[in-house]
Amino acid sequence: MGKVVVVTSGKGGVGKTTSTAALGAAVAKTGKRVALVDFDVGLRNLDLIMGAERRVVFDIVNVIQGTAKLSQALIRDKRLETLFLLPASQTRDKDALTEEGVADVIDKLRSVFDYVFCDSPAGIERGAQLAMRFADEAVIVTNPEVSSVRDSDRIIGLLDSRTMKAEQGESIVKHVLVTRYDAARAARGEMLSIDDVLEILSTPLLGIIPESQDVLRASNVGAPVTLSENTNPAARAYIDAARRLEGEDLPVILPFERRGLLDRLLGRRAA
Amino acid sequence: MNLLDIFKRRGSAPVARERLQLLLAYERRSRNQPDLVSVLREEIMAVIARHVQVDQDFLQVSMDHGETTSRLEIDIQIPNKVAMPMAAAF
Repeated sequence: MGKVVVVTSGKGGVGKTTSTAALGAAVAKTGKRVALVDFDVGLRNLDLIMGAERRVVFDIVNVIQGTAKLSQALIRDKRLETLFLLPASQTRDKDALTEEGVADVIDKLRSVFDYVFCDSPAGIERGAQLAMRFADEAVIVTNPEVSSVRDSDRIIGLLDSRTMKAEQGESIVKHVLVTRYDAARAARGEMLSIDDVLEILSTPLLGIIPESQDVLRASNVGAPVTLSENTNPAARAYIDAARRLEGEDLPVILPFERRGLLDRLLGRRAA
Repeated sequence: MNLLDIFKRRGSAPVARERLQLLLAYERRSRNQPDLVSVLREEIMAVIARHVQVDQDFLQVSMDHGETTSRLEIDIQIPNKVAMPMAAAF
């Protein structure tokens, strides 16, 4: 039985889809069978980030409504044969997803894959609640910024009350993934520190992804950052986070700022 | 702003942390007790309505959360003009 992990945040634009792709690819690279499921019906983007936007034929709504088989809708990654994508529908809205339908799809995926990553839409409405509904674990993507932390706290409340696990009296395993962390700004006290975020959310840390141009570049070319640029700091941070997700006890190292003398004199930030 | 402030400029992160801690403490409490106040308000109103005719606006129910205990404040204003059915019997 595979593990179902929801990647969620409440707030939009914090890096849920990027993180789903990066973590999923990092786990798949170790040989595990991984399915990435896009729950953002109407505003799908995981296909674009994965570089599979031109290969989408069927989607999760087709599978739920019985117009396509799950095996027809799953897209195998061209770079990693253990990595699959189940795209969301772009033309429907979130009401096209039913709880029974989602339960059925997740059950089937769980029996075939080692990991099922559910990329949640932003918000706390139906789509987000269905994405987390059958999860065993949750990755809460948070930016070190007040509104993101507040929304993460709200999502943690929902994870503890609205998931199947919570309703059965068990607790869902939660991890915070801090993205777009800017070491220089944190050092200057301009950005919430990791300790601040963890203390406020009282949830263990999965990893710290430094703000990086490489993440944007990976999105531009449609390849998860852990596949296309696997030596840069952001990719390494994602790979480490994926290893922790698999249960490895790996210490989190706070990103530091690398600046040359000239940068320091001119007050320039490292990219 | 004096000249020293320029050199001793402190970041805004501590302010952010403090604001968040205060706000979330409040939001979590209201999340854990979904609408206790409004449930109480309705039931109190129903009890009063059995004896006296009081307008909804004359009933104030509020909850004040303290460190270890919370205080429930109920303020009911009964207009003097309202005849009390019970009193009329005597």
